[in-house]
Amino acid sequence: MSDPVEVPAPGGGQAQPVSEGDHVVLKREEVFKAVQVHRGRKVTFEKQWFYLDNAIGQQYGTTFEVSSGGVLQPLKVKTKEVAKEANEAGIDNRNIIDDGKSQKLSRDDIEALKEQGLKGQDIVQHLIENSTTFRDKTGFAQEKYIKKKKKKYEAFITILKPTTRIMAMMYHSREPGKICYLRYDTLAQMLTLGNIHAGSKVIVAETCAGLVLGAVMERLGGFGSIIHVYPGSLPVRSAMENFGFPRSFYNHLFDFPINKLNSLLSGSFSAEKETLQKQTEVMMEEDSGSPLNTHQGDGMPCGETMMDNNQSEETKPMDVACEEAENKEKNPDRKFNVEERRSKQEDRLKKLQTAAAVLQERNADGLIIASRLYPSPLLLCLLEFVAPSRPFVIYCQYKEPLLVCYSNLRERGGVVNLRLSETWLRGYQVLPNRTHPKLTMSGSGGYILTGITVAMDRTKSVDNISNSQRAEERPAKRQKIEESRS
Amino acid sequence: MSFVEYRDIIQNGDTAIVFLGHDSMFAIKVQQGGSTQTKYGAIKHSTDLIGKKYGSKVTCSKGGWVYILHPTPELWTVTLPHRTQILYSTDISMIVMMLELKPGSIVCESGTGSGSLSHAIIRTIAPTGRLYTVEFHKQRAEKAEEEFCDHKIDHLVTVKNQDVCKEGFGVVNVADAVFLDIPSPWEAVKYAKSALKTEGGRICSFSPCIEQVQRTCLAMTDQDFMDINTFEILLRVYDVRTVSLQLPDLGVGHTSNQDTLTDKKNQSKEDSWRDSQQGTTQFKSGAPLRDMAGHTGYLTFATKYLS
Repeated sequence: MSDPVEVPAPGGGQAQPVSEGDHVVLKREEVFKAVQVHRGRKVTFEKQWFYLDNAIGQQYGTTFEVSSGGVLQPLKVKTKEVAKEANEAGIDNRNIIDDGKSQKLSRDDIEALKEQGLKGQDIVQHLIENSTTFRDKTGFAQEKYIKKKKKKYEAFITILKPTTRIMAMMYHSREPGKICYLRYDTLAQMLTLGNIHAGSKVIVAETCAGLVLGAVMERLGGFGSIIHVYPGSLPVRSAMENFGFPRSFYNHLFDFPINKLNSLLSGSFSAEKETLQKQTEVMMEEDSGSPLNTHQGDGMPCGETMMDNNQSEETKPMDVACEEAENKEKNPDRKFNVEERRSKQEDRLKKLQTAAAVLQERNADGLIIASRLYPSPLLLCLLEFVAPSRPFVIYCQYKEPLLVCYSNLRERGGVVNLRLSETWLRGYQVLPNRTHPKLTMSGSGGYILTGITVAMDRTKSVDNISNSQRAEERPAKRQKIEESRS
Repeated sequence: MSFVEYRDIIQNGDTAIVFLGHDSMFAIKVQQGGSTQTKYGAIKHSTDLIGKKYGSKVTCSKGGWVYILHPTPELWTVTLPHRTQILYSTDISMIVMMLELKPGSIVCESGTGSGSLSHAIIRTIAPTGRLYTVEFHKQRAEKAEEEFCDHKIDHLVTVKNQDVCKEGFGVVNVADAVFLDIPSPWEAVKYAKSALKTEGGRICSFSPCIEQVQRTCLAMTDQDFMDINTFEILLRVYDVRTVSLQLPDLGVGHTSNQDTLTDKKNQSKEDSWRDSQQGTTQFKSGAPLRDMAGHTGYLTFATKYLS
């Protein structure tokens, strides 16, 4: 199954600096934001705006300070902690009274300092000097005070390469709704329990903005293939695009619509018919959505953004979007568009046929489901395409639908080692004499059901293929035997 | 078979997993002429296994049957011979993701222990990555090397028999990630830093006790590691079953209108069970297991940034 394409040079290769068009992640403290680097484009992050021009040519991992006018200045020397001069500190807070007057600088004074272009750390120093209670605070309280002020006034931004860790943490904290509240530790379980690795052929059914898809692509590293099974007329993949994978990673990424799965199973599927129908849908969507707003922020599903991976001579979706807008103005007859659409349609047809053929081999090495759809029917259908002795993983935000999956799988047979589980994740603050669990933790990261496929009893599997609605009157005795066995 | 590549057919020399039931499986080495005893009788390797497909049902001599599964690092973790305490898949998953491992990653690990994590790392970084693993216990190092050979992943790993706290990993500025599972990780942090690439990388340390974590965090801060974060991850497994609870017998009395209404509703839904098992009601439940692992260890992660 392995199709080594471009091997990313391990070890020896010199790290590439940030260049224009790169997908990067901005980091400030514990907050992340994914952006694409463009000269002269204003970026807003954590209530600040700046331009990424100065980041171009710098190494990944460089930290910048935002100075006036939104210019990024690379930090040469890591600023060490503000020297705690005159370790004067109180013992307790019995004499500290909250009268709201401890800070002698007014808001206007602080604004004035900012306008003078004073550095963040100097403003913090001013605040400390003008706080009447600072000296009476305990050492710990002083540290906490400084930390809080630094966070507000000092803006250090680090530019990082996108990875599953960062993307999963970012989406979980910024837009959990878009990824079905899948917590990053749960995603980690899915990748491991699904034995996702280079050279595999994996079916991914997800509606998590492409986050799960991106995570699987990262683990495949360009070796093997993926079939993204999606609902609706186009797959949503904005999160996957933020990973900034090399083009070669897209060579073996296929997609297939969920609503054609039954026809594929029954043998009545015809790619030609489907494409025609689909193409009209796509066209309608393209016409209604303005291509320009698709690439800002974290992206909403929309025509061009979805990226027809194999075909595009289009390297940068943004450029294409601009071009197209121009073309519309220049060629009122839109001849160009008609031709482009025809070739797109042909590509689409070819891709759909390939995806169908890849699925039809029924030898996938793994199945991962993470969607907002009711999982059981999807699972039972997709398992038909998985080879025996391969793991599968289904994520659901809720436990109950997975109980149904569990029972239905038992009824169906052909699986062993079923396990319904959840992980708890607890963060710790580790500081000298102040170590304890973090005060707030995430309530739930969702549930996963895992198992391993095995050969079906021959009579039964024939039954299953020909008869898509599964036999409900499976003899109770069989079921019992299986339950006691596995 | 290989731990980094799926194969369909069982071959001589393969490691395979014999699956008897949920908590009952073990690993075997498939050998021409070999045989394996199970509680359902013997399996003859030459006739029952070699040439068959992974995932097949194999009938044993006493008529019982088992499934033969393709090995994965996860199945190996639950079947491997313990030479030390091992890491399980829940912690491993978090380690692999938070260390940002992927095909091509160069990883340093110490100690090798029983190789549970090593297999998972190698699976993830294959086919272009490399694992440098350091184990100060000679027999354990040798045994691990032997297993890597058996599992056809020895081309992706270097085992060194030395003390990581005194001699480091034996490599400098090559690693994307370092993992420490040793009693005094704070002593190895400086070697971890020098093993990582100059442009930076990730580190993780696994320790059961909070005092170890505190010392390690201090050492990491000293060595200019940033974004130091400590986590604990726990697995909760649910037992899926149908529970039936007995309905309270409230006795016979004057039934109000409301009561009869709800009764009728229930009646239509629950008819089937009421008939067979009078006075009970049933529901599907995902019940927590009676016992669960309460603690394995704290995972401390940090980043070395380009300096």
